[in-house]
Amino acid sequence: MPSTDSGADHGNALPILNEIRHALARLLESGETSVIDLGALPMGPQDEAELLAALGEGEVEATISAGGPSSVRETAFHGVWLLTHRNEAGETLARFIEIAFVPELLMSQAEDVADSAAALAKKLGQAQNS
Amino acid sequence: MSNLELLTWARGPGLSIALAVCAFGILLRLFEIFSLGRKADLSKAREHSPGSGWRTIVSRSLPPPGLMKRAPVTYIGGYVFHLGFAITLFFFVPHIELVRGLTGLSWPGLPTQVVDIAAVAAILALIAVLASRLSNPVKRLLSGVQDYLAWLLTFLPLLTGYLAFHHLLIDYTLALALHILSVELLLVALPFTKLFHTVSVFISRWYNGDIFGRKGVAS
Amino acid sequence: MAFDGPTIAETLRRQGISRRGFLKFCATTASLMALPPSMVPAIAAALEQARRPSVIWLSFQECTGCTESLTRSHTPSIEGLILEQISLDYHHTLQAASGEAAEAAREAAMRENHGKYLLVVDGSIPLGNPGYSTIAGVSNLDMLKETAAGAAAVIAVGSCAAYGGLPAALPNPTGAVPVSAIIKDKPVMNVPGCPPIPVVITGVLAHFLTFAALPELDDHGRPKVFYGESIHDRCYRRPFYDQGKFAETFDDEGARKGWCLFKLGCKGPVTYNACATTKWNQGVSFPIQSGHGCIGCSEPGFWDMGPLYKPLSMPIAPVQMMVGAAAAGGAIAGAAMALRNRAAKQSAQAAHQKVTVADLEKAK
Repeated sequence: MPSTDSGADHGNALPILNEIRHALARLLESGETSVIDLGALPMGPQDEAELLAALGEGEVEATISAGGPSSVRETAFHGVWLLTHRNEAGETLARFIEIAFVPELLMSQAEDVADSAAALAKKLGQAQNS
Repeated sequence: MSNLELLTWARGPGLSIALAVCAFGILLRLFEIFSLGRKADLSKAREHSPGSGWRTIVSRSLPPPGLMKRAPVTYIGGYVFHLGFAITLFFFVPHIELVRGLTGLSWPGLPTQVVDIAAVAAILALIAVLASRLSNPVKRLLSGVQDYLAWLLTFLPLLTGYLAFHHLLIDYTLALALHILSVELLLVALPFTKLFHTVSVFISRWYNGDIFGRKGVAS
Repeated sequence: MAFDGPTIAETLRRQGISRRGFLKFCATTASLMALPPSMVPAIAAALEQARRPSVIWLSFQECTGCTESLTRSHTPSIEGLILEQISLDYHHTLQAASGEAAEAAREAAMRENHGKYLLVVDGSIPLGNPGYSTIAGVSNLDMLKETAAGAAAVIAVGSCAAYGGLPAALPNPTGAVPVSAIIKDKPVMNVPGCPPIPVVITGVLAHFLTFAALPELDDHGRPKVFYGESIHDRCYRRPFYDQGKFAETFDDEGARKGWCLFKLGCKGPVTYNACATTKWNQGVSFPIQSGHGCIGCSEPGFWDMGPLYKPLSMPIAPVQMMVGAAAAGGAIAGAAMALRNRAAKQSAQAAHQKVTVADLEKAK
């Protein structure tokens, strides 16, 4: 059974918005990034909609296909990103708000880059040999 | 015994025992006091003074002149404590709920912020009167074990209730259990100590007023 | 935990999962384990080392609700990934083998991973009579002792294994006891709930898998990450409690507006669990969000903790009769005292001898 209450304002979104405000200040001052796990916060049915409405939609949207699709979306506030991790079946596993210039997961990882460099070299070697 | 088991005991058997002892004790003492009676006053009343007893109930509840100077702590502390305690006891919504659950009677409560201020005031007043009792040589000499016991039994429900309400220091379950248990101790002791004045205060004031009225002391 | 075979990071890599995919796995695992996102690097480092542990699952006096809960989480998901990373070597409800073949699998897992495997138990253990509950002719008590002997740690899943639960509810006809009453020489972790939240079960398994140790426990042996805060403190309806807005019945305006359910008997203030944030059914809802107060199923002895629908500040049993009887008793005792006092007065009056001045003169 989903929620039975309708339309009440529980006001749980406001503290999160304030936390984001402080995180943005930290990002500007020291470059420190912050991640908020939305699954760890008390949220009623309206709180989440309220939070997402307050954050709005921004300029960037990306999909990561690794162990299921993950969507990465910048909100109307630059530097505030909404990450939604899904599995292959499309079910939501976890949701985060990341306050960063670029979310960590969007960047290519050094290990993957090294693998790719080796793979490319191997491919070129094969092409030259043949 | 876990905190929750303690709370369950306090809400169940503990409460039943405490209320039963309290009801038994109050009825016992009232019957005894009233049945003692007084010797018939054979002298003629000095002055016709109907309602003198009732007026005394009111007049003795007001501060007599000069007390503010002689005993400011007793005077202010006493008032602040009794008012704060009464507001906390009778106008905190969960307390009203308890009465409603037991008797079906209910009345509107006060906002929790107001009750909170009243409770803090009562706690501070109790500390002040204890300090005065300990530091004043006359009061100290007059005080017996029962006086300190009465103070402690009154102080504990206020303190534990405050901790429970604000989720301070100890786990809420334990705080609520200790709060209820401390009230139960107070209920058990009430009929058999000076705390019985909660029941007898207006009875004795009426009696005093009436008897003095007959003797010609206007109230 | 020195299990043989590839580490979990290696396994994921072999499945063609990139470092980015691995980091996503770590982030969702952190969320699953209720750890802060700042723990992701530590989880990544631990998973680089972690190897697939062997798990033996024993079911005693239980209703299979805990296993149902666990398998409900077992859609292809992060929990699925976790379960692929553990080797569930014995679970008599889930495994295909039965009878001697099943017991042989348990014994083989115990032998091969002696001192290293994780033992999971659901259900309580009857001490009244060993015949009350047996598996393959072995009493629950004997099987628990035998299997726990070689375990690295024991996880008691569900309120029955953790506290005795329904079988131990008064009058406890089978003499049911929790795992912790029997196993004293191994770390025992309680994961109570009736049933526990699926992702809490997988979360603690993930924690053992990741860090090869049990998480930090509270006084009741529960992992603090999931049971550290009360439902009340994490409830989205908490602001209404603070404002004094309560639903008075299950269908009044307050209930429809989602006000606090304290007056309807919600046990949120005394119950420690993760329901309010983790929620159920992939985060859809939890009891309070569905309009019903918390019943306190993850607390010790919750079956015997008073009525479900009475507020916590209210008496558990009706007291009017007892108080009335006590008051009547007080009145009778008071009347008796009155008679005694009157008799004493009368006898004092009767014994009163008048003394005159002449008598006093004589006495000189």
